[in-house]
Amino acid sequence: MSTETTRNLVPGGGDVLLRVENLVKHFPVKSGKLIPTEREYVHAVEDVTLEVRAGETLGLVGETGCGKSTLARCAARLYPVTSGKVIFNGQDITKLSARRMRPLRREIQMIFQDPYGSLNPRRRVGSIIGDPFAIHRTAKGEDRKRKVQHLMELVGLNPEHYNRFPAEFSGGQRQRIGVARALAFQPKLIICDEPVSALDVSIQAQILNLLSDLQRDLGLTYIFIAHDLSVVRHVSNRVAVMYLGKIVEESPVDGMWAHPRHPYTDALLSAVPLPDPEHAAQRERIILAGDVPSPIHPPSGCRFHPRCPKARPTCVSTEPELISRLGDDADHRAACHFPVEDGEDISLSTPSIAEDERVVESGLIAGA
Amino acid sequence: MALLEVKDLHVSFRTDDGIVKAVRGVSFGVEPGQTLGIVGESGSGKSVSTQTVMGLTRGAEVEGQALFNGRDLLKMTKAELAEIRGAQIGMIFQDPLSSLHPFYKVGWQIIEMLRLHDKEITKSAARKRAIELLSLVGIPQPDRRVDDYPHQFSGGMRQRAMIAMAMANNPALLIADEPTTALDVTVQAQVLQMINRLQQEFGTAVILITHDLGVIADVADDVVVMYGGMVMEQADRMTTFKSFHHPYTEGLLQSLPAYGGERARLRAIPGTPPSPINVPPGCPFAARCPYVMDRCRTELPPLEIAGEAANHLSRCWLPHNAAARQAVRVKLDQSLPVSAEA
Repeated sequence: MSTETTRNLVPGGGDVLLRVENLVKHFPVKSGKLIPTEREYVHAVEDVTLEVRAGETLGLVGETGCGKSTLARCAARLYPVTSGKVIFNGQDITKLSARRMRPLRREIQMIFQDPYGSLNPRRRVGSIIGDPFAIHRTAKGEDRKRKVQHLMELVGLNPEHYNRFPAEFSGGQRQRIGVARALAFQPKLIICDEPVSALDVSIQAQILNLLSDLQRDLGLTYIFIAHDLSVVRHVSNRVAVMYLGKIVEESPVDGMWAHPRHPYTDALLSAVPLPDPEHAAQRERIILAGDVPSPIHPPSGCRFHPRCPKARPTCVSTEPELISRLGDDADHRAACHFPVEDGEDISLSTPSIAEDERVVESGLIAGA
Repeated sequence: MALLEVKDLHVSFRTDDGIVKAVRGVSFGVEPGQTLGIVGESGSGKSVSTQTVMGLTRGAEVEGQALFNGRDLLKMTKAELAEIRGAQIGMIFQDPLSSLHPFYKVGWQIIEMLRLHDKEITKSAARKRAIELLSLVGIPQPDRRVDDYPHQFSGGMRQRAMIAMAMANNPALLIADEPTTALDVTVQAQVLQMINRLQQEFGTAVILITHDLGVIADVADDVVVMYGGMVMEQADRMTTFKSFHHPYTEGLLQSLPAYGGERARLRAIPGTPPSPINVPPGCPFAARCPYVMDRCRTELPPLEIAGEAANHLSRCWLPHNAAARQAVRVKLDQSLPVSAEA
């Protein structure tokens, strides 16, 4: 399995830029009772260890509510972490005060999904992009305007549109405004949280190309969160798949697509509709039963066991480690006791665990 | 005979900024048991077309015909249309949360749908049928979940409940407007599989509106590609993906990241869609088209047969003969300066 191509290796060595260690994030849930007897928590991120190397793009994928955005926000210190460590550029930033964090904020930036919601409609574009300079008090007046116009040019906006309002721009152009704002201080790390999900395909391609040009020209590192797996494959060097707050598989992108080891990854990849009717007809679809369980009371053992076609008693009792499986390279890790072999069709498997530990569906789906 | 035949549909809205011409002469049809995919970007008029057909566009100026079983839906009174809507034509929308009433139990809403169109059915029979329908769409423990409120359902379950409701009266036609856009891929696969099975079981015709070419490649028999309120290309699925004629179809397919093979730079379509208010003369795609010719900017090309098959229509001045078309493209490619995006 050690035939992975080298093109996934990050050019220029790739020191670890960001490392999260045993990161845990719980959110308290409001209980409906007058006198709460027991506090409940959403286990959004549970014991995640992950590295991002300088110059690479790490794709973070998973379904709604799997904790991918929470993980990224914890890594940017936008949320305080419940436990664990965040190490940025060799420095432990987990417990830094707001004041000590401030200079580091310039180096970690975010781009958000919704180009309509993330820009104040009543402020001019020049002033929105100039915000970072104002907040960090680094440039004023003409100097700021010049810098902002330079940024606008960098992301493919017309600098003469400095005085326009966000409403005068299309969705794709607004996303460029968001990118320009994130680039103000030549950050090292940009967290892109679903940056193209709200855009039409033709515009999506423009923004993806822009992001990759900027990465090449400015040596940026991205954490790229998306639910569109084709997009993630296109932009990422490495990919981490999350399920219910845990990383279930992590690998260079080609290794992941060639040999998905975790049944969840396998199902996720097979569920992507391909824009090619010939291919679509040939392909075996793995259709998972049921929905993601509640993150308030996550399942025991492997969190995927209630929906997994390969589940066995061990999966209910013991949590699998995230390690290299079936002779894969050391950087391809999967958290599964019974990883998927090459060429195996997991839709033919039936779980051998008690019925009440499984997701059972009636009607058509179960008869599939 | 086609089950639904839309002919030369025009829809426009009066706004403070001027008249928005959302749909400009759209025709399509769907046969019983077939799936018609309508694909296009935001503002292409794909949703407005079907909503108009169902009488759901208030305040719009509508011209054209929409023949359902030979009767024109656009000429019907509100009462006549209400009889057909929900009974013979079911609808599913993108956002299941806003299509289900939060105050009423899911089962109650399905029962209401059944009783509205079948005055004979008893309450208990309707409830039994509602449980059957929920079971049919794969809701676990349907006899218990029938008494749940929409907020107790997950997104995927709500969308399935919507489908149960749309299928309640065994409609001849199901209009699904972005039915899986708000769902995760694994749930999307469940929902698409279910629509497909229901279609096979009951012979329902489906009009599937989406921006996702992957979904279209999966389920559509015929495909209509819309842009700027017009049909740009229309063909069966294989032709649409493999031997398309229109540069917009080509652009859409090329701007998608490849799922296998090399990760080359994406070929984005430069620019943005035209304004529906000041509609430019000529082809709506001219401003973004890599093969644009002088004629395209002034004269609107007709939608005409563009290939070997009679059902392959394209609205483009490029030659219909594949070899001649290729020659024009190569010539234009060479003369074209490398244009900046956007």
